[in-house]
Amino acid sequence: MKTREDIIQEINAKMAEEFEIEESDITPEASIFETLDLDSISLIDLVSIVRASYGIKISKADLPLIKTFADLYDYIEKNQKVEG
Amino acid sequence: MNRVVITGMGIWSCIGTTLEEVCDALYQGCSGIVFSPERKEAGFESALVGNVPKADLKPLLPRSLRSFMPEEAQYAYMATRQALEQARLDQDFLDAHEVGIIYGNDSAIEATMVSLDKFRQAHDTVACGGGAIFQTMNSTITMNLACLFHLKGINLTASAACASGSQSIGLATMLIRNGLQECVVCGGAEENNLYGIAAFDGIQAFSTRENEPTKACRPFDRNRDGLVPSGGAATVVLESYEHARKRGATILGEVLGWGFSGNGDHISTPNIEGPARSLERCLHDASVSPRDIGYINAHATSTVIGDKREAQAIHQVFGDYRVPVTSTKSQTGHEMWMSGASEIIYSMLMMQHDFIAGNINFEAPDEETACLNIVPETCKASFDLFLSNSFGFGGTNSTLIIRKMNQE
Repeated sequence: MKTREDIIQEINAKMAEEFEIEESDITPEASIFETLDLDSISLIDLVSIVRASYGIKISKADLPLIKTFADLYDYIEKNQKVEG
Repeated sequence: MNRVVITGMGIWSCIGTTLEEVCDALYQGCSGIVFSPERKEAGFESALVGNVPKADLKPLLPRSLRSFMPEEAQYAYMATRQALEQARLDQDFLDAHEVGIIYGNDSAIEATMVSLDKFRQAHDTVACGGGAIFQTMNSTITMNLACLFHLKGINLTASAACASGSQSIGLATMLIRNGLQECVVCGGAEENNLYGIAAFDGIQAFSTRENEPTKACRPFDRNRDGLVPSGGAATVVLESYEHARKRGATILGEVLGWGFSGNGDHISTPNIEGPARSLERCLHDASVSPRDIGYINAHATSTVIGDKREAQAIHQVFGDYRVPVTSTKSQTGHEMWMSGASEIIYSMLMMQHDFIAGNINFEAPDEETACLNIVPETCKASFDLFLSNSFGFGGTNSTLIIRKMNQE
């Protein structure tokens, strides 16, 4: 299991690269949609990154609950697969 | 019927990414063909390819818009920016008027492969990415450009193999002539990656003169051994003559005629009758006779049989009139879906600057191509009318006649 700090560091780097922003723009309380300039189509790319990195598929029902980066870190931490 | 004129041109090719660069390269007889180690290592029979620079759209468009654009749409965007700039059609004008787009494209192979590989690996369609569906459709270019430039007229991709670019210009000409559109952005684009062309290499159609890349593409020459794939994009802005005059546009040329035909024959091997009919129909449409034509930009791709059949078709229509003929593919390679539009631009540049770029690598004809007056080296030439051929797989043929426009 990865620590929260590991998750934050990793996912921030991937998001910064994919969405062409500075890591320093990412703060826990910031809005994911606004910071990454997402719409309903580009949101799929974030879902895809989380799935590829952590094996976690954010469901349609759960997506509206993830508003800030802190929400995202919580989600990944809670749902990450236990490595056997 | 409205007259149809050209008011803007834009190019992104292996011999230049501006009209000035391309004009100079044509005049100097430069070749854009290189050997690609990547293709050789990947297992290509022929690793020769047109060296098309990658386009950097990051400074121009946000990620959200770029995510819908595969390689070919990026090239088309760059070429279209240039053409609209030359035509002096700014965004305010495009927002306030109905301008259409008909663009030639006949593949979106790499984008399709990349997105489906991700899906198959992940067993999840989300892995394709949000932009994938838009990147992987044949109409990706017209989709993207219509949205980026706010084009609200006809919105259509012409897929006609290697005649796509030419057919797009012909179709737009027909719409403008009939008053259905006043202004249409036309052109053609081709992805220039190894996946887009692997299957074509697989049917052994490419030249294997890998030790001399710049000499490999030799249309009409007796030692030709196949085509060299290339790509990029070319855009031409067409408008009605009245529309262009009314807004004070600089008129570069006039589309005098469009001819087309189908061979109804073999899927890859052209015959003579089909192409000859395309030429004849074009001459008839333009109301000109063969002797009015000052230059022919041939389709000729450097294949043994294709060049032969075109030579015979030209000879059948032009008879003993020794019209100068070249194929600019000798310098650029075969730009596929782009070629019908790019070759209009190459010919326009020659007509504007009073020269004919030599059909490089032409040393001697064979028995069938000897009937033509091939120009082997750049020469000064002043002409007012040129004819351009584009023939594609499936026996699709398209011919255009363009006239020089002296400002009236």
